[in-house]
Formats: sequence, structure tokens, C-alpha cells
Amino acid sequence: MKILKLPKEKLDLFASVVQQFGELHAPVEQDGKYVFKRLTRWPDARLEYDRTILPPKKYFLPPRETLFRYRPGEGFVPHIEGLDQRIILFGVHACDVYAINILDRVFAGKYKDPYYQARRKNIAIIGIDCTPDKQCFCRSMRADFVDHGFDLFFYDTGDYYQALVGTALGDDMVLATGSLFEPVDTANIDDYKQRSRNKRRAFQLDVEIRDLPEIFEMEYESELWDELGRQCLSCGSCSMVCPTCYCYDVTDDVELGTRAGKRTRSWDSCLFANHALVASGENFRGPRASRIKFRFYHKQRGFVAEYGRPSCVGCGRCISACPVHIDVVQVIERLRSVEDVARR
Amino acid sequence: MLLADEVATYHPVLNDNPYQPHMARIVRIYKMVENNHLFTLRFMEDHLAHTFRHHPGQFIMLSVPGAGEMPISISSSPSRPEVLELCVRRVGRVTDALYRMRTNDVVGVRGPYGNGYPMQEIMGNDLLLAAGGLGMAPLRSLLWYALDHRDKFNNITLMYGAKRPEDMLFREELLALVDRTDINCLLTVDADPSQTWRNHVGLLPTLFDHAKIDPARTFAAVCGPPVVYRFILQRLLDLGFPKNRILMSLERRMKCGVGKCGHCSIGYKYTCLQGPIFTYWDALNLPEMI
Repeated sequence: MKILKLPKEKLDLFASVVQQFGELHAPVEQDGKYVFKRLTRWPDARLEYDRTILPPKKYFLPPRETLFRYRPGEGFVPHIEGLDQRIILFGVHACDVYAINILDRVFAGKYKDPYYQARRKNIAIIGIDCTPDKQCFCRSMRADFVDHGFDLFFYDTGDYYQALVGTALGDDMVLATGSLFEPVDTANIDDYKQRSRNKRRAFQLDVEIRDLPEIFEMEYESELWDELGRQCLSCGSCSMVCPTCYCYDVTDDVELGTRAGKRTRSWDSCLFANHALVASGENFRGPRASRIKFRFYHKQRGFVAEYGRPSCVGCGRCISACPVHIDVVQVIERLRSVEDVARR
Repeated sequence: MLLADEVATYHPVLNDNPYQPHMARIVRIYKMVENNHLFTLRFMEDHLAHTFRHHPGQFIMLSVPGAGEMPISISSSPSRPEVLELCVRRVGRVTDALYRMRTNDVVGVRGPYGNGYPMQEIMGNDLLLAAGGLGMAPLRSLLWYALDHRDKFNNITLMYGAKRPEDMLFREELLALVDRTDINCLLTVDADPSQTWRNHVGLLPTLFDHAKIDPARTFAAVCGPPVVYRFILQRLLDLGFPKNRILMSLERRMKCGVGKCGHCSIGYKYTCLQGPIFTYWDALNLPEMI
């Protein structure tokens, strides 16, 4: 991999040059929190943000999107508006890039999702590293570093950024800036290693995920799930803010006074009461306890069987978003604790 | 290979879209039972009508324009191609809309999806089909596939139960099988108030008294409401059926049919990809299976 460095004072210049590759989006401050948004001016970008309210998945799997338009006689015509828009996401944290890599696997396979694929192709990612806060456990989830899925990745190493070039597009961005980027030397590599060591020490949360699937199997009947079921409001906030939650609903709407209409998909949550409800009235996950259990089970156990790792990157968003303070780290600790097993 | 002029217009969303419904004409609506009609469809595009092939046990996503899309199992056998037969019960918003449609109206179809029955494994063995109520809908595809390839199977037994004679799906064609010697077709009703029923009366499991079944060389395909699974599965286990020779067809909420939308997930399997046909062994290892 090509590794270069960019002196910090030249970042502004890089940001202005890179806009020739697409519309620039970055974290900006909004009511004391951060959101990924189109930049109107570069100084609005907040590259030292903690976490955005919604993860970058909103760019690849929008909260609502039209899939088809329907007209009698024409059938279902795919809706492609906006899919080819070129965007640069500047300042994506490693956990969020990792989450996009996870979504990549879900939306690939035998049946590739062409809407997701088109957006993924047209949205460039410039990652940036970060310092963990009290809700970050990405290191436990093996998502504190990424080796692919970005075009460029910047590590803040003091007076300059060390830049990993991930794709040919990333390389083109570097080349377009002329001589802004410089080669790295041994001292720079040591800076990086020091930075890596400091980051590791900054983590306050730690979760052991080895053999977690087995523990989940063993604790399937744990009373913890009923307890969480009584606590959970089924609001679905955790799913909305989750960078790897991908469940969606599909609805058809008819335009008033015509027989034409459109087919839309929108974010859904397995915590919603109708998620597993079939037309006959049978609900395979009716009780709230079984729904919240399913969410944890699918992320930490089911996804491991399917894709070889949990579909959680430890970004900490669900911990911030939950109105009743259900905390995934505490849930896993409770499941692992020996006392609970003895009490039953 | 794409032709040169196709390359210019190629767009994955336009040309390679797994969510794209293909329009099909309703060629026949047969009222088998009140609110359980059999819809026969034919693709508007001739090449699709000729080339569409499915495995018994697979399903399609059926679009009723303006109402929505739903998973429906294919009731016709791949050995009888060109048209698709769907047995649809009127239970919800989309099926309601379908029931308002008339012959020659147009719906959308995509698929086939799901694993279907493991035909290669089943061939050469005995086949027991056990269905209750609407469970006959997916099993009918397997039934006719087996009868159309009769030499590939040993003994074939069908056990089918309905509440009353007038509730029995595919009644005429199944009654016509009773006299055939190449299948043991056992039909029963829970009750026969009209006193016109010439076959068995009694609950589905009582049909086991009239069947000769060798668990070591039989695959059992079971489908029906939860009560059917409860009694039939127990009976099969008592007979000594290995758990991976009991095949179940499951129903789940689905929005995509292709393993993305998440609704049909059971534990770590998607009903639309790894199912809808699961073995009883799968069922024991997956939570919330039935």
C-alpha cells in the first residue's frame, strides 16, 4: 500500500483540490452533536468529532429511497435518479469504514443490490483516525483499524497526516494535488507506531467476543432477555443509528387519482412489533423480549455464523441513542458473568 | 456478453436488478375454495414464459401493482412449464388487492427464490407428503413433480387433511388420485356434516393407520399450520424418522426474497435463501423456527 504524508497546514488546499472528484461531505456540528452533511465551506468540517448521530450508511442505504415507478402498461420502471451522483465523504472513522465493508458483504452475494452497489461506486471515502471516548469499543470488535474500503485514510501524527492510499481513485486524488503529499521516512513510521500505542491505551471499554456465540447459545433462555424486554421501548433508535443494521421495509404508494405509483424502501427495525408478523396474524417474534433478544442474537451470534464476525463495530452509537440506557457492553458483560448463571 | 449498443446503456439498476418484477398476465382464476383461489399466470414476455424454471418448494415474489409485493409458494410443478399456478389465501392487504383483479389483469413476478426440496437426495427413495389445510399449496408442486417423474421414486404416499370436504384444496384432482395404483393418496376431513364424503374422516395423524412407511428409506415433506407440525412431527419421530429426512416448508414475512431485508431471518438463516425448506434438524437448532 502506498503511504504518504500531508503536512497539516496543507489540508485546506487538499480539500479544495479534491472537490473536483465530487461533492464534499464531512462531519459538521449541529446542536452540539455531529452529522455528516454537504459542506458549504471547508472551515465547517469538524475532523476531531466524536461520532455522528447517523452513520455514513445513510449515503449508501438512504432512510427512504424509491426503487421503482409503476405505470399501467409500462410495468415497474427502475428509479435511478441520484445514483450516479459523485460524493466524497471526508472524515469517516475506521469503525464506520469497517461497517460499510460489512454492508458490502450483505448487499453483494448471489443477488447484488444494484442501488447500493451504484452508490458505493460513486461515493469516495476519505477516512480519518480518532481517539476513543468512553463509549467506544471498536477495538474489542476488531474494527479500530481498516485495511480496505476507503480511498484514502488519514492518521493524525502530530504536524502532519500520514495517508494510506487505498484505491486508484485515492491515488488520483493525491496526484491531482501536485506535490502536497510527501514520502514518509523512518521517523514518521515511529510517529505512527507511537500514535497506535496511545490509541490502544485510550480505550476504556473492553468486551471479549471470542466464544460469544457459544455463550449466546447457552444463555438463550436467560431471564436477562425478559428484563431487557420490560425495559425496551421498541423505538428502534438503536437500529437507525447502527452502522451495520440494514433491515428495510418496502411499500407501494399509488398517486392519487391514477393507477400509477412508486415502490419505496425505508429503514426498518427488528424491534418493531410487525417485523416478523405474517398476513395470517402469526407473529414469530411477538413479545418484546424476543425482539430485543433477536437483535443482540443476530448481531453477535447469527452474523458470526453467516459472515464470520459480529455485525457490530463498537461505534457506541446505540449506547448514546437508547432512551432507556440499554447498553450493549453491559448486556454482553451480564451474559458473560458467572453470577447470573448461578442465580437461575 | 453484451452487445456494443447495450454496453452504452448498461446500468446495473436497469439491466441487472434482482428487485425487478416481470409482468405476468392472470390467465385463469379458479375458485377452489372460498378465499383460496388458484391463480394461473403467464409471463407477458414470451421468452420468460418459455425459460422460467423452478424447483418444487421454491417461491416467487408477487407484485400486485399499487398494493405491494408478497412471497407466494409455487403450486405448479416445473414438469408442467409455461404457466405458474399460485394458490393464494385471502388474508391481508395485498391478497385482498389480488382478489379484486380479473382474468387478463397484469401482476409482477420475480424469482424463483429459496432452496426448494432437495430433489437429488429424495430421488430413489420413498416419498411421504403430509399436509394440512393451506400446506397443500407448496406440496402440490412436489406431488406433481414426483408423479410426472414416477420412475425416479419408490413408494409415494400423500396424506392430506382439511376441516370439511368443501375446504379441501385441489379437491377434484386429488380425488382423482385416490384410485391410482402408483400413489397411496389418503384424504381426510375433520368433520363431514354433509355426509357426502367418501374418503377418511378423522384428524390428519389417523391416516398413518392406512399407510405403510419405512422411515429408513423415506423422505417426509410436511407442511401446514403449527398444529399439523406438532402432531405430524411427533408421529414421524415415533416411527423412527432421522431428523434430516423430515422436510418442512416455512412461512415468514419477506420484503425482498433475496437475503437483504432481514425480515425472514431465523437465528442465523434466511428463510428466503437457506429455506423455505428446512429439515427438522435445522428446526431444532434454530430458535423460533415454528
